Amino acid sequence: MTDTVTRGTDLVDGIYREGAPITDTKAPSGDIADKWTTRKFEAALVNPANRRKLSVIIVGTGLAGASAGATLGEAGYRVKSFCYQDSPRRAHSIAAQGGINAAKNYKGDGDSVHRLFYDTVKGGDYRSRETNVYRLAEVSADIIDQCVAQGVPFAREYGGLLDNRSFGGVQVSRTFYARGQTGQQLLIGAYQALERQIAAGTVEMFARHEMLELVVVDGKARGIIARDMVTGEIETHLADAVVLASGGYGNVFFLSTNAMGCNVTASWRAHRKGAHFANPCYTQIHPTCIPQTGEHQSKLTLMSESLRNDGRIWVPKNAEDCDKDPREIAEDDRDYYLERIYPGFGNLVPRDIASRQAKNMCDEGRGVGPAVDGVRRGVYLDFGDAIERLGEDAVRSKYGNLFDMYQQITGENPYQVPMRIYPAVHYTMGGLWVDYDLQSSIPGLFVTGEANFSDHGANRLGASALMQGLADGYFVLPNTIRDYLAQGPFTTIAGDDPAVAEAVQGVQERIDTFLSINGTRSVDSYHKALGKIMWEKCGMERTEEGLREAIEEIRALREDFWSNVRVLGSAEGLNQSLEKAGRVADFLELGELMCIDALHRNESCGGHFRAESQTEDGEALRHDDEYAYVAAWEWGGDGEAPVLHKEDLVYDFIELKQRSYK
Amino acid sequence: MRIALKIWRQDGPADDGRMVDYQLPDVSEDSSFLEMLDLLNEQLIDKGEEPVAFDSDCREGICGMCGVVINGEAHGPERTTTCQLHMRSFNDGDEIVIEPWRADPFPVIKDLCVDRSSFDRIIQAGGFISANTGSAPDAHATAVPKEDADRAFMAAECIGCGACVAACPNASAMLFMGSKVTHLGELPQGQPEREARVLQMTAQHDLEGFGGCTNLGECSRACPKGIPLNVISQLNGDYRRAGYGGRD
Repeated sequence: MTDTVTRGTDLVDGIYREGAPITDTKAPSGDIADKWTTRKFEAALVNPANRRKLSVIIVGTGLAGASAGATLGEAGYRVKSFCYQDSPRRAHSIAAQGGINAAKNYKGDGDSVHRLFYDTVKGGDYRSRETNVYRLAEVSADIIDQCVAQGVPFAREYGGLLDNRSFGGVQVSRTFYARGQTGQQLLIGAYQALERQIAAGTVEMFARHEMLELVVVDGKARGIIARDMVTGEIETHLADAVVLASGGYGNVFFLSTNAMGCNVTASWRAHRKGAHFANPCYTQIHPTCIPQTGEHQSKLTLMSESLRNDGRIWVPKNAEDCDKDPREIAEDDRDYYLERIYPGFGNLVPRDIASRQAKNMCDEGRGVGPAVDGVRRGVYLDFGDAIERLGEDAVRSKYGNLFDMYQQITGENPYQVPMRIYPAVHYTMGGLWVDYDLQSSIPGLFVTGEANFSDHGANRLGASALMQGLADGYFVLPNTIRDYLAQGPFTTIAGDDPAVAEAVQGVQERIDTFLSINGTRSVDSYHKALGKIMWEKCGMERTEEGLREAIEEIRALREDFWSNVRVLGSAEGLNQSLEKAGRVADFLELGELMCIDALHRNESCGGHFRAESQTEDGEALRHDDEYAYVAAWEWGGDGEAPVLHKEDLVYDFIELKQRSYK
Repeated sequence: MRIALKIWRQDGPADDGRMVDYQLPDVSEDSSFLEMLDLLNEQLIDKGEEPVAFDSDCREGICGMCGVVINGEAHGPERTTTCQLHMRSFNDGDEIVIEPWRADPFPVIKDLCVDRSSFDRIIQAGGFISANTGSAPDAHATAVPKEDADRAFMAAECIGCGACVAACPNASAMLFMGSKVTHLGELPQGQPEREARVLQMTAQHDLEGFGGCTNLGECSRACPKGIPLNVISQLNGDYRRAGYGGRD
């Protein structure tokens, strides 16, 4: 689609161009409570006999992909499902701990669809689209019904009814959970529904397959090019529509709580083919992760933020105490900095504030734990007071599994020595731009779950990611994609169609290039270098100067990668270095766009903190007059500036407010 | 710490495979077992040798993708997944022998990677509750006694890693299958398909070439989630009742 790029304005700030605004998101008119009903009614139906003639490709088998695959299969469409893991059950939704929100109001504490809608928009710092968020809240209750019917073993009370808890600082108990393994149980439910359709013959599964290109014919998404990771074969898969449910891009930071294989390639290849990428700078950094211990570290592990309910966060007042045994540091020499700076909320300030302040303390030289690159990156999370107040047994019954996990990873006993924590990248709110129907800017390409941008604005609330993945896959997409599929039958595409041949050739050439550079540096070393740039300059706190440096550094790193990377082995058969090379190559392009997006958004909102935009107290300062829009970026071509399309965010049902936690 | 490694290398399914010795002179005891293998691979790439292929994804003990036999034990000396094993469980100067899961229904793809799609096919045979999207009644329509829900949850903790099969001298997958039969069979929603489920899953299990259970209990000892052996009793009980044409 590069030939249709709107060249737009001259370069803005030397980094991007501005194209035409997006004025229609396809949401129906009327009261917000009626829109989804209206859309479901107006979306065309497909006769059951015709469904088996229509085919859909779904990339990714997490909550958003497996649920969509199962549901479309049940409806009778022909589905091809792809995942890079050895089984669809491995997708990283499985690692979500906390829970899933739903406006069931089973506790009778005043919850409602409207309240969940309101909390989600506010939590997203007024940078999400009202219509989509309302629908998310509206279908949330159906998700719980569906999961229970599938046998998802949610926590229950003694009376046999479902238990709920309050999560992420909201005032109602609307979070359903299955101990600390909610994501696992929901995913296994969706996986089993998907396997049932595989057995029924409606879904064909391609595990250990990675999508490497999108096939666009006559402006419509019509298939993918995938690599069989076991045989190395490059395969063409054609269909009437393509759904990307390929997750987030947190691994651009190298270290994150994502799985090792999480990547942006499916989204990024689609972006290069014309799908707009929205708000890439919105990333969520979670404050309570286990700190890095050295250069060997491959990933970071999250611990539930419920720990902040009883733990007190501190660092030594004096930098010379930082290598002391914390138990020997006197009370007067400890700085409980969150309680000091935010006396109202103390240790329970929102995720982004807790994260940013931890980094500030460590950058000041008051961090604790092992030094990595000369900086101690950790702060204490101390349960000493809680143990004294409640007793060790009570603390164990509340947090036992988290303490065990901490001890297994660090070798330290948190009942005796304060835990050390540090923020880590956890979730990416940005993603491919979609309209109300979850359709991207390429007709026939739909995007669900974390891979799209639509529901969380600039910051995601706890227990909302699982809700969105399943809402999209079970209830939203199956109702909207039928409107597109009803336009069928679609023209048959020949395997040697020029668009297919070009896509296959591009994939082959890229693989050949990786294997022939034969340079001196491993793929991982580039990934780590990129991660450091992103973390330092496009992480918790961003400045114009830092972002401009980052853009230059990423460009130089990318150039070096393409001339000096070393990928051994062959294209035939399993080659994990080759797989990683493709993913890192795409991260090297995405990283630059993230910095450009962060640079152009000269305001602080949610997880995006621009040092230039803060109140006198150091709080995030939004600029609703200038930036109340979605930044949807169009690929400008290799070496060309991206083109910005603005979608104004109009709040008809919720009043914009500036948050304060002092 | 200094570590000597003996690792199974196998170029592909058709290759015979062999043990190869490697030395790692400086491993942090804080690194995980798989980060130790990452380090080895960086050194191999530096030397121009192909890195060792091994599977892992979440690296937080929940996805079930990782798993190798370490010094003869599935997932190694601690009761955890390979990714959650840390080098502090070993001593300076140790020799560590690393092999893939060994079982006919888990053919080796390359080095330490095996094909566990047989597990997916067992689930396809009946490891689900048939409830089409949109057809569900309200979640509170049926109360589930907490005791039953807790036991269902315990069984549902299975991560499908395959350690039970690797540890079993018969390469039986009955702990895996028993977990699913127990998870769904403890819940009211799972009753209508309870008999068909156990019969169909067992038939697929045998078809894939997994062996029968002889009550040794190695599977449960190797299970990183501590699934107890009594899920196999439940599997056998359900199978017997289904075989005789009805529950008692």
